[in-house]
Amino acid sequence: MNTFNPFSLEGKTILITGASSGIGKAIAIACSKMGASLLISGRNAPRLQETLLALEGDNHKQFIGDLTQTEILSAMLEEMPVIQGVVHSAGITKNLPFTFATGEKMEEIMAVNFFAPAELTRMLLKAKKLEKGSSIVFISSVSGVWCAAPGGSMYAASKGAINGLVKGLALDVAPKSIRVNCVNPGVIETHIFDEGIISPEQLEENKKQYPLKRFGTPEEVAFAVIYLLSDASAWVTGSNLLIDGGLTLQ
Amino acid sequence: MEAFIKHFAAQFDDTEVSEFTSTTVFKDLEEWSSLMALSVIAMVDEEYGVKIKGEDIRNAKTIEDLYNVVKSKQ
Repeated sequence: MNTFNPFSLEGKTILITGASSGIGKAIAIACSKMGASLLISGRNAPRLQETLLALEGDNHKQFIGDLTQTEILSAMLEEMPVIQGVVHSAGITKNLPFTFATGEKMEEIMAVNFFAPAELTRMLLKAKKLEKGSSIVFISSVSGVWCAAPGGSMYAASKGAINGLVKGLALDVAPKSIRVNCVNPGVIETHIFDEGIISPEQLEENKKQYPLKRFGTPEEVAFAVIYLLSDASAWVTGSNLLIDGGLTLQ
Repeated sequence: MEAFIKHFAAQFDDTEVSEFTSTTVFKDLEEWSSLMALSVIAMVDEEYGVKIKGEDIRNAKTIEDLYNVVKSKQ
């Protein structure tokens, strides 16, 4: 049967960080269903294994480790094949009013949300692991680009930094026909708030600010990432794809 | 307890220090807000090395209630 599918990921090998939970896990599963071969990374071994088992097809590999550690990054690079796409979805959040945002706390969040994905990308490019025509996708946020939440200055800064990186990097790698984009989701239903600093009542209250009256699902982010990884977006680079249920309209 | 009240009061800008006692129902203070809740959580972490949750703030009525939560987690 001849089916029309401009979003197919057949024949592409894609590296996905933060694949052991939340948005990263949903992206991995959705990409496998679109025909991609995956290399998934995450810190939590049992949970990463769970993602691996949930993938469609059997041409997938996992890499367990903390990508903020240079040695671990190098080890992963050494054993990985040439790829056609990378999705940076490892991320953390910290809710602290700015007067408590010490350099140390700032470094913790920047290490995971900004330095690790930036350094991984740099090393992938340097090692020529990204084939011509590859797509690099960062998971940014509405926060730090369109808006911010109270106590969310550090998170906003880390995501704003990603948005800046996307633009500069897109220019630098355009001669290699490599594209760089990010998606900017509003609040997505994941376990990122499980620490409980933000109470469930506050989250319910927050939900009401969305014109579409709910938070997004990890799959809804994954579908946008599929578009940016696929050849359907071959002329799209340096863009920020907003996925926010209308939050930033008002 | 006194030190805790002092740290608690330090998060506020417009409320008189004299208004803070162990029996103060802090959520009734005009200056109370969700951002203030985040400040109190951060203060407890910084000063006492204890991680309390939004739920602990919700369940506490007075400053003493909150102090007892912090003490129980130390």
